[in-house]
Amino acid sequence: MAQNHTAQGYAPGTHPDLPPPVRTTGPVGWIRANLLSSPLNITLTLLCAWLLWSVLPPALNWALFDAIWSATDRKDCWAQMDEPRAGACWAFIRGSFRLFIYGWYPEPERWRVNIAFILLVLAIVGVLRDSLPGKKYWLWFAVAFPFIGAWLIVGGFGLTPVGTQKLGGILLTVIIGVTGITFSLPLGIALALGRRSKLPALRAVCVIFIEFIRGVPLITLLFVASTMLTYFLPPGSTFDLLMRVLIMVTLFSAAYIAEVVRGGLQGLSSGQYEAADSLGLTYWKAHRLIILPQALKISIPGIVNTFIGLYKDSVLVLIIGMMDILGLGRARLNDPDWLGLAPELYLFIALFFFLCCFSMARYSLSLEKKLETGHAQ
Amino acid sequence: MKQTTTAVLAAAVLTLGVTGAAQAGTLEDVQSRGVLRCVVSTGIAGFAQPDANGVWGGFDVDFCRATAAAVLGDAGKIEAVTSTGKTRFTKLNAGEGDVLWRNTTVTFSRDVGVKLRFHGINYYDGQGFMVKKSLGISSAKELDGASVCIQTGTTTELNLADYFSSNGMKYEPVTIETNDEARQNYEGDRCDVYTTDASGLASTRSALPDPGAHMVLPEIISKEPLGPATRHGDDQWSDIITWVLNATITAEELGVTSANVDAQKSSNNPEVRRLLGVDGSQGSELGLSNDWAYQIIKQIGNYGEIFERNIGVDTPLGIARGLNALWTDGGLIYSPPFR
Amino acid sequence: MAQASSNTPNILLRLWRNEGSRGVIIQIITMVVLFALLAAIARNVAVNLAEVGKEFSFSFLTWPAAYDIGFSPFIEYTNQSTHLRAAVVGLLNTLLVAVCGCALASVLGFMLGIMRLSSNWLVSRISYVFVEFMRNVPVLIHILAFYALVVTLLPPAKKAIDVGAGAFFLSNRGFYTPSPVFEPGAGMVGITIIIAIVIAVIFRRWAKRVQDQTGKAYPVFWIFAAIVIALPGIAFLAAGMPLSWDIPALKGFNFKGGMAIKPEFLALCLALSYYTACFISEIVRAGILAISRGQSEAAHALGLQNNRTLQLIIIPQALRVIVPPLCSQYLNLTKNSSLAIAIGYMDITATIGGISLMQTGKEMETMIIVMGVYLVISLAISSFMNWFNHRIKLTER
Repeated sequence: MAQNHTAQGYAPGTHPDLPPPVRTTGPVGWIRANLLSSPLNITLTLLCAWLLWSVLPPALNWALFDAIWSATDRKDCWAQMDEPRAGACWAFIRGSFRLFIYGWYPEPERWRVNIAFILLVLAIVGVLRDSLPGKKYWLWFAVAFPFIGAWLIVGGFGLTPVGTQKLGGILLTVIIGVTGITFSLPLGIALALGRRSKLPALRAVCVIFIEFIRGVPLITLLFVASTMLTYFLPPGSTFDLLMRVLIMVTLFSAAYIAEVVRGGLQGLSSGQYEAADSLGLTYWKAHRLIILPQALKISIPGIVNTFIGLYKDSVLVLIIGMMDILGLGRARLNDPDWLGLAPELYLFIALFFFLCCFSMARYSLSLEKKLETGHAQ
Repeated sequence: MKQTTTAVLAAAVLTLGVTGAAQAGTLEDVQSRGVLRCVVSTGIAGFAQPDANGVWGGFDVDFCRATAAAVLGDAGKIEAVTSTGKTRFTKLNAGEGDVLWRNTTVTFSRDVGVKLRFHGINYYDGQGFMVKKSLGISSAKELDGASVCIQTGTTTELNLADYFSSNGMKYEPVTIETNDEARQNYEGDRCDVYTTDASGLASTRSALPDPGAHMVLPEIISKEPLGPATRHGDDQWSDIITWVLNATITAEELGVTSANVDAQKSSNNPEVRRLLGVDGSQGSELGLSNDWAYQIIKQIGNYGEIFERNIGVDTPLGIARGLNALWTDGGLIYSPPFR
Repeated sequence: MAQASSNTPNILLRLWRNEGSRGVIIQIITMVVLFALLAAIARNVAVNLAEVGKEFSFSFLTWPAAYDIGFSPFIEYTNQSTHLRAAVVGLLNTLLVAVCGCALASVLGFMLGIMRLSSNWLVSRISYVFVEFMRNVPVLIHILAFYALVVTLLPPAKKAIDVGAGAFFLSNRGFYTPSPVFEPGAGMVGITIIIAIVIAVIFRRWAKRVQDQTGKAYPVFWIFAAIVIALPGIAFLAAGMPLSWDIPALKGFNFKGGMAIKPEFLALCLALSYYTACFISEIVRAGILAISRGQSEAAHALGLQNNRTLQLIIIPQALRVIVPPLCSQYLNLTKNSSLAIAIGYMDITATIGGISLMQTGKEMETMIIVMGVYLVISLAISSFMNWFNHRIKLTER
């Protein structure tokens, strides 16, 4: 590749531009700049390469190349390998896959879950894409979706009712996540406004609520929902466990959202408030038109992070015996045919959560970039 | 707009089910609902576990199905209300389940203190120890200094503490919430000993890669009579549960099985005829149809069949009848007569 | 609603339209509704408890707990101890895992954050992939999976790995190390250590004052270290070495003697700390990136070396950005430590909120205790962090 031109034969200034030295461009240059720029860097590169080499091939072999995808039970699975447990036994996950998705939802009614999932995707797309025609209607649809989804899933009003006990697996995880996300945002905003209110009593109530919820772990709240809440209700009345859990999860994440939104509100310069006041806007108008749009924009990363946290925290319901994806998976680990396949199960569930949460995080990042208009301080 | 939102919200709340707790008869509730809700465990091999299609099976679940067969005429109309050891009584008391079939030890404090009603014993159990044969141990008295895996939320840890301190031995308790976690620990040699009810030990042993390498020690350190429970204050429902259990036992005593139940209808034995609803009106006295016991045996089988199908010697669990044999065979399983 | 004219005779409407009185009305209504709700709940609780024949009382705390706890490194506990003592054991275990977890998470988090900023592509990519994967998976799965790994991958006690000199052993029963046994005279050495530290601190202050006034710099670190090591060393020799080591040895089923770090603690602490470290690394990265490049260039222009730049210019400024979110990560870690219940580490949720609750049936009382404890811990951490934040803020001009 090297070209040995000499300067001879060119008038000064007429020499054509030479390509940059090969050691600074292309793959070689990139490697030199990014991997081998100093002795320390060379050592680090070698160390990392060794680390990857010792971790990746065995992991990939186990998870993919030596894995078994169909088998009748674990012994059959292990018999198909060179030595037992040399590879993952994905047949276990595959066999229970429908259970993991739908839980105990009655077979003939599962079309309703499918429609709800499709509508969920549409609602998400409707919220996330700007360039859709009729954006306003999409947003209304997204607001209405939790109710439509609830109707589709639990039935009533013309559909066969399905008890909440039948909900399980990914369906239950998504229900907890979506409900929590939908209802905690407005509640969180209200709490944040309450905390910044000029009325001392209102402020005190909000502060106590927020600090209490943020001060205790979610599982203690879930214990309260599952074991104590019936004591709080009038004697002889009770309501659905799922409902209780949904309320607790929503309250929990609302307290965190409130703090994020409060951060956003504090990030606005007081000039914004003064400008709104000088225009003669009422409290609600000022907040709806001026304050909240800006404050929420600043808070988007925090809000999405809270949502991701809530979605991940939904697995804690297994500690009170509900069968979300993790609870159901662990119950399946008791099947005498498939005992001892915990690694496969955990990896599967980890990947499921990773896909959901990572895409949320990426979206939030892109939104952050798109909305960056320099208002944040 | 505000009003629509409120209306939609209210509707959603309603659909998600704000229900009054079962105040009237549980029987009417179950019959009008068309499905029986049983509180079961989140998964104990052989006693209650979901299969790949989510259909629950196991010893406890079969008794739940038997109840459904008696009450609703269809053993399939059950719903499993899963619960941990911690939440099981709350779920029953809160009306989320109609009956608890979840290997629960009958004790004074539970019967009296937790305001439950127990209805006989469907499994006589006792806490035991399982060790690896390679340890070369033959008695629990040799366990001084061992690490012991325990499943929490039961009377297990109390029995264990009592047993070790009364024998002047020390141990390291490793207390785990669920059975599969505890099994993983025992299998991985985190503990030398696994202790739980003997039935659970058998269930766990069956699940180990090489069951032959493990043994259950002869000492049984507690009495664990397991039985069904219902809420206080519904005598009719209590009677039904009591006699569902008794019907399965009596059927075994009388030799009525799911295979011969139709032929037995024309039996000359008056007790068989009463049991199967050919003579008498025992069903309607309970508030059920007269062929309630017939439905149980036809659809689920008698006590022996339920036992052998789920946990008996031919299953992976391989539990011998032992104390759970009929009283005529030297066991403790005994039913008052159908008279 | 605002149709009525301003001179309406309706006094309520007039009050409502006045901002001040409206505020009062809203507050009164809020408080009335709130207290009505609380009163209704209190009444319901009383009626419901009476119905199931339970009494609201904390007297059960003095009953013997009757169960054993496998891990109580700080105080004596037997199955004859009270439920209160079991709660204290749980609380200490919670604090232990929280403190260890936070320390470890900070170290790991700073490492990951700095790795992510590394100019070495491979290093920054590995850090990125690790952080993104780990933090997007629920911490409960981390804990369960990591515990499963510890229990199944580490060898059993009989085949424990001897990691050092026949005194340190690693097995799935725990990591065993020798424990110090103090003999008479050890107290004196302890006092010497305290004296040495006091002297060293005084010296450091003096040296700083001298440097501020005259510019003369002492090798503070070395002299400090020398004082702290030498003085107690001399005292130790003078007292005739009043210290021996209790070395763990395999006897019967388990190792006896020495100290043990239990696998439950290990798994919980590590899983919590690497999960939290992923969040901390992003905080650290953002904190360092927030310090403008001009700062380090200015430091270099003043002739400061790289490490001095980092130590004197970048980190103090970055800390101001880092501390508040770091504080909330510490809080999260502490609260997440309640997931210990899933793997059988005996923290406060597992002792008083778990087994004691089960044995006594006192849901209400035990949960009040557990929640109260977490609230106090949370408030303590956040007020400490507020104080710390305030302190480093003061240096701002």
